[in-house]
Amino acid sequence: MSPEFIIAAIVTIVGLTTPILLAGLGELVTEKSGVLNLGVEGMMLMGAIAGFAITAFTFNPWLGVLGAAAGGALSSMLFAVLVLQLNSNQVATGLALSIFGTGLSSLIGNAFTGRIVPQFGSIFPAALAKDPIWKLVFGYSPLVYFALAMIPLTAWFLKSTRAGLILRAVGENDHSAHSIGYSVTGVRYAAIAFGGAMAGIGGAYFSMVITPMWAEKMTAGRGWIALALVVFAGWRTGRLLAGAYFFGFLMWLELFAKANGFGNSLPFLQDIPSQVWAAMPYVMTIAALTLISSRGNVGASAPACLGKPFLPST
Amino acid sequence: MRLKLEKRPAPSTFMLIATPIASVLLTMLIGVIVFDAIGIAGERAVIDIFLTPILASYKWQDVAVKAAPLIIIALGLSIGNRAQIWNIGAEGQYVLGALAAAGVGIAAGPDASSLTLIPMILAGILGGAAWAAIPAFLKTRWDVNEILSSLMLTYVSFQVLGYLVGGPWQDPNGRNFPATAPLPEQLTLPILFQGTTVHLGVAIALILPFVFWLVMSRSVFGFQIRVVGSAPHAARHGGFDAKQTIWAALLIGGGMAGLAGALEFTGSLKAVNLGFPSGYGFTAIIVAFLGRLHPIGCLIAGFVLAVTYVGGQVAQTTVHIPNATAGIFQAMMLFFILASDILIRYRVRIVKAKGAHA
Amino acid sequence: MTTLNRRSLMKAAGAAATLSLVGTAARAEDKIKIGFIFLGPIGDYGWTWAHNKGREAVDAALGDKVETLYVENVAEDASAIPLIRDLANQGCKLIFTCSYGYMEQTLTVAKEFPDVKFEHCTGFKRADNVATYNSKFHEGRAVLGTIAGKMSKSGTLGYLGSYKVPEVVLGVNAFALAAQKQNPAATVKLVLIDSWFDPPKEAAATETLINLGCDIVTTHTDSPGPLQILEQKGLYGFGQGADMSAFAPTAHLTAIEDIWGPYYVQRAQAIVDGTWSSTDTWDGMKEGTVVIAPYNAAVPADVVALADAVQAGYKDGSYDIFTGPIFDQDGNEKVKAGEIMTLEQLASIDWFVKGVESAS
Repeated sequence: MSPEFIIAAIVTIVGLTTPILLAGLGELVTEKSGVLNLGVEGMMLMGAIAGFAITAFTFNPWLGVLGAAAGGALSSMLFAVLVLQLNSNQVATGLALSIFGTGLSSLIGNAFTGRIVPQFGSIFPAALAKDPIWKLVFGYSPLVYFALAMIPLTAWFLKSTRAGLILRAVGENDHSAHSIGYSVTGVRYAAIAFGGAMAGIGGAYFSMVITPMWAEKMTAGRGWIALALVVFAGWRTGRLLAGAYFFGFLMWLELFAKANGFGNSLPFLQDIPSQVWAAMPYVMTIAALTLISSRGNVGASAPACLGKPFLPST
Repeated sequence: MRLKLEKRPAPSTFMLIATPIASVLLTMLIGVIVFDAIGIAGERAVIDIFLTPILASYKWQDVAVKAAPLIIIALGLSIGNRAQIWNIGAEGQYVLGALAAAGVGIAAGPDASSLTLIPMILAGILGGAAWAAIPAFLKTRWDVNEILSSLMLTYVSFQVLGYLVGGPWQDPNGRNFPATAPLPEQLTLPILFQGTTVHLGVAIALILPFVFWLVMSRSVFGFQIRVVGSAPHAARHGGFDAKQTIWAALLIGGGMAGLAGALEFTGSLKAVNLGFPSGYGFTAIIVAFLGRLHPIGCLIAGFVLAVTYVGGQVAQTTVHIPNATAGIFQAMMLFFILASDILIRYRVRIVKAKGAHA
Repeated sequence: MTTLNRRSLMKAAGAAATLSLVGTAARAEDKIKIGFIFLGPIGDYGWTWAHNKGREAVDAALGDKVETLYVENVAEDASAIPLIRDLANQGCKLIFTCSYGYMEQTLTVAKEFPDVKFEHCTGFKRADNVATYNSKFHEGRAVLGTIAGKMSKSGTLGYLGSYKVPEVVLGVNAFALAAQKQNPAATVKLVLIDSWFDPPKEAAATETLINLGCDIVTTHTDSPGPLQILEQKGLYGFGQGADMSAFAPTAHLTAIEDIWGPYYVQRAQAIVDGTWSSTDTWDGMKEGTVVIAPYNAAVPADVVALADAVQAGYKDGSYDIFTGPIFDQDGNEKVKAGEIMTLEQLASIDWFVKGVESAS
């Protein structure tokens, strides 16, 4: 395999990975604060249509991405008000958000099917990405760099800042955090909004970068993969990055094997039905979750308050 | 002046019943306003979605057939929810139920007698229960979160479906289209009213809520489920086994979803194709909540949700809104019902703020 | 606020009452109603868009005698049954169900309404009041294959398909055979993604095909996504179902356009005249059902001439890409020299020709 080939394959994998990485990172922060939001698919679709629509009106993809973040965050606020203010069941509310986002994005998107919008230019001078090796570094959409930059930033935020510490405390023991005087509800609002904004940008990656167009349900279930990813990664940012690329690699491997990329050298890979490939992320997630739950020593655990409503005793 | 929540001494029965009704009405109202705002004839859309299926008699059979799987799945789920076990993988259990029934049907062959329907439906129940047994095992053995495991398994089930109907179970005369062969006539569920599509599954869906009601209110098991859900500590004192409750909740939920899948397959679709998972398992969660986790509530709520499905299709033909729009209304109903939960246990009081800020 | 709410509720209730009246009273219209069940949104710039153009052709040709109704986004599951029945209940005399996945549903409803005529697209099960119709898309694929075989520098062509169903198999084979006529060494790399519509997967599959050396990729899935990828990479491809040049002005060499209008008008006319009968129609270029979109300026004149010759050959019946000798992937002779595959053989084909590289 030539270096050019490997580079091009990596570029494809980056494209497959970035949206689930963005949405997964957002959900990770939400879950770290103790909130399980199953509405990722809905928020991604809301972001996808918001980003596309704003770009269609303003002819500016940067404003489009802002719109996507706003679209995702706004739809997440629906969820936030219900679970935080009214203590509604997080599982049911999150599912409702997914159904809601799918429906609303289809309805809004009706007017945008078949439209064409301007795309991101490269943020680096074109000459830099000309050489294949440098293309590996400079040849992506701005959102790819954004996603990659957000990983260490989020890790640093969670680990080393006061605000991150509070967020984790709220997710691990909401009552103690409350008694020390932190606003559990406020922290969770922020974490949910961040999750929504990141899911929205992840959705926009579909409608603005990979295939710049709008089509109903165009995220095709990637929101659920993003949810699986957070669990697979054991709620840790570093592992989220690795896990996202691993999932992206699996998706690429399926297509590569199907296109007879291995010739006849690896016949067993060719014979794997596509359904096995598609099921793999979910099966592996269940396995990872089982491992995390059964042993304390894998360096990961679910936030203790995940999915539980906060009911201050006063 | 501000609002204050005050805990009620006992849950309000009035609110328990009034809030679901209010949720449906509020959803209709907001639907009119929002749809008008985005340039779609809102009143027409809302009328078509909520009222046409009730007013137009030729739509009744569609509502009944749609309601049946929703009611059956919701019955099973509400048992789990009462015990605080969150099975959100009913969609997958529904698919596995249909596949198990289809497997028995295929094994029996095209000349099988109509009695084969009985093992097919039993296989459906077992198939759904078996799929739900995975999260139950993981939960009882290693304390694996059943919300996440049952959700993940749903997406695995879609791939099992795709593999079987596109591979070993594909219709040999189907020109490679991914679907099983259509069921022979004698292996389809009897039709209750000639000339309609209302099959035996609808009758089952009408009877089961009363069976569940009886069991839940009269038996020790029903008591156990309620106690485990509302007061886990007391339950442990009373000698109720938590693990046993987890198994029961998930197996009943899975079994009911599997039953619904088998009935939908033998009664309505008559073949399993990639379009089989149509979201009933997820919508049934809305049904269970809208029905307040009560068997009779599930029965009524199942019909309400079925109306929105059928009405969504009416609106598709009349105001040309996408099919997924019905989902907006279903989600809104759930939002309102979840939001109003708090009114059952709390009373809203308007209090004058201290100080003179008002 | 309260008055407004109450008023809209009252209006809603009033309208509901009117609606129930409309439902029972016969419409005082004597136009014949014709219904359409569509798979996607009519704005999908592909499969459904083309069918809707056909519906509009009926309106244009017979608008004084018939009225058309349609439902879009109809899933290929049991939920299609009430929608088809709805159209029949609304008085449609002829109903087109425009996707393969409505086969059993169409037959089910047709049994309930023996006086209503049904037309099922791409299916193979008929009844007294159910006709089937299809299009020889593969004739268009032969034109695309000719262009691709001549224009490809690498001789490696990509084909992105959905499922191994006859329509796709025929398309792949016609494309490969036509390309090999221009370049005997041409190979076609095939990826079947197990979906008709999954833009991100279609995009990644296209990139993978490009990376494996394909410089022209044709698609047999429904989104214009792959063309957008080819546009970004400066490579070439073709539109599927409709002219998709708007999505990829440079990459879009031409497209196979599905033109259903002539057939729909003819069948609607038969209803008006009372001459409708259940038939199995499989039209192609000759009848104007398969049309090649305008060529991109990037297609050289000699290639245009070759492509036009294929089109002309199909129109006068002198050309058929499925003329032997044809070998399968393993080199077995499937069609002897000089023999032409029959329509029946084509309709149930499940093997790929030599030169098609696929995983299974």
